[in-house]
Amino acid sequence: MSSEPAATRMAWPTIGAIGRHPALQKALKMSGSLLAFFVLWEICCRVFEIPEFILPSPTTTILTVIKKWDLFAKHSVVTFYETGAGFLMAVAFGVFVAAIIVVIPVLADLIMPLLLISQLVPKVAVAPILLIWFGYGLFPKIFIAFLIAFFPIVVNTAAGLASVERPMLDLARSLEATRWQIFLKFRVPVALPEMFSGMKIAITLAVIGAIIGEFVGGSSGLGYLILIANSELDTPLAFAALLLLSIGGIILYAAVELLERLVIPWNKSTQAEFRPVVGG
Amino acid sequence: MTEVGFTTPTAIEIDRLSKRYETKDGPVLALDNVSFAIRKSEFIAVLGPSGCGKTTLLKVLAGLEIASKGDVRMGGKSVRGPNRRTGIVFQSPALMQWRSALKNVLLPTEILGLPAERSKQDALQLLELVGLADFANKLPDELSGGMQQRVAIARALVHKPDILLLDEPFSALDTMTRSQLNVELLRIWSDSKTTSMLITHSIPEAVFLADRVVVMTPRPARVAEIVAIDLPRPRTPEMRVSPEFVRLTDRIGRMIGLEYV
Repeated sequence: MSSEPAATRMAWPTIGAIGRHPALQKALKMSGSLLAFFVLWEICCRVFEIPEFILPSPTTTILTVIKKWDLFAKHSVVTFYETGAGFLMAVAFGVFVAAIIVVIPVLADLIMPLLLISQLVPKVAVAPILLIWFGYGLFPKIFIAFLIAFFPIVVNTAAGLASVERPMLDLARSLEATRWQIFLKFRVPVALPEMFSGMKIAITLAVIGAIIGEFVGGSSGLGYLILIANSELDTPLAFAALLLLSIGGIILYAAVELLERLVIPWNKSTQAEFRPVVGG
Repeated sequence: MTEVGFTTPTAIEIDRLSKRYETKDGPVLALDNVSFAIRKSEFIAVLGPSGCGKTTLLKVLAGLEIASKGDVRMGGKSVRGPNRRTGIVFQSPALMQWRSALKNVLLPTEILGLPAERSKQDALQLLELVGLADFANKLPDELSGGMQQRVAIARALVHKPDILLLDEPFSALDTMTRSQLNVELLRIWSDSKTTSMLITHSIPEAVFLADRVVVMTPRPARVAEIVAIDLPRPRTPEMRVSPEFVRLTDRIGRMIGLEYV
């Protein structure tokens, strides 16, 4: 502990040894800023006596969640099921397409325009058509989540797969490695960090996709709940749904990040936070 | 060229080798009619200015580039494509960040499908030879630049290649590490008795390490002269200041200087 720089010691005089643990310090900072945000929001609501249907205070929002817990649980499960399923489809499809693009470069020129179009078309505009095709069940929502989420996975994974250093490829070729060996032993491990950054973007997009689907035509889910709440001017209900949506999104993002740390502990961007956790 | 002796068998024969690249500005001749032979267990240094085509020569030997004209024969057979009988050390260590030192050394044996248990013993032995016995389970990130390059040398030797090809392996290291690794490399070479070809642009490095120095001209690379280094072995760092050493480096320096005019 004595090796800690003096500045750190002065900045956290009371938190002590535990507060200097890097992972904990990060968690403290993050929850600190969130807490400050909520406190400020609460103060504004009370000081300016803002009516509930304009801006409910954090306490009102949280109380709404607790009061109507059954309702929220039911709708949250739907939304995060759609998100998760769409995301997993996006990962499977995205990684597959990226692999094809890199292994058979000729196909890249054929596939890329289609991918770009699929990404450029506004999903809100496509959603009603998907409802006509697939009905009002869960599938169109999953499909929109998938549609919006796969692109960053394709682009990042393909870039990662192609980023093997020249000497590495020379080494592989001089050893007469097969295409398959080069792919598995060289390309895939090199691509993992970028694949995970693509997945982190994708998981946040998948949440948006699911909500778009529910907005356009749903009978359940947090997006549907927000729509209903708005039409009834039940702003606390809408805010409560938004709060749960944010919390769920953060949990999903954290899950992907955790997976990243487990799969690629050697990665530089995760190392600094990860090593102290395992090393104690 | 006869100083080393007639009795040592030839390991590699480079025969009137030329390499032409097609570029947007027309063809570029990287190698022009290069011929020399490397004897078994010999240490050859190929010396020339940066960008003169030395690396092209190494790539042709490894089968990574196909010669435009001429031939490379290894053990009597022409090199016609990727050639697993070579072990390469690059300018950068080119280690896999996700593999330990030991696993990095084992990589060629995995690709070639060599028996795992034997290979592991070989790899551990090589790590000991390069002085990294205690670092077998460390990730490259946890090793210094010089240590990483030693792992790369062990990796190049693990499948018992006919020739060790070194492509300016120490040029990215600081001077102190570099001279230390020069001494290490000599020890590794004399222990493993692997025929070696070092590409370098450092005259003292070439003279200190090699049995013979092949001096190349700037682009297109031709063989200017092959200088036999008659310094006794084993070579010690003190030899770097001996009159013979200075005489040799001076002579080669003048040779390259003349070629620049």
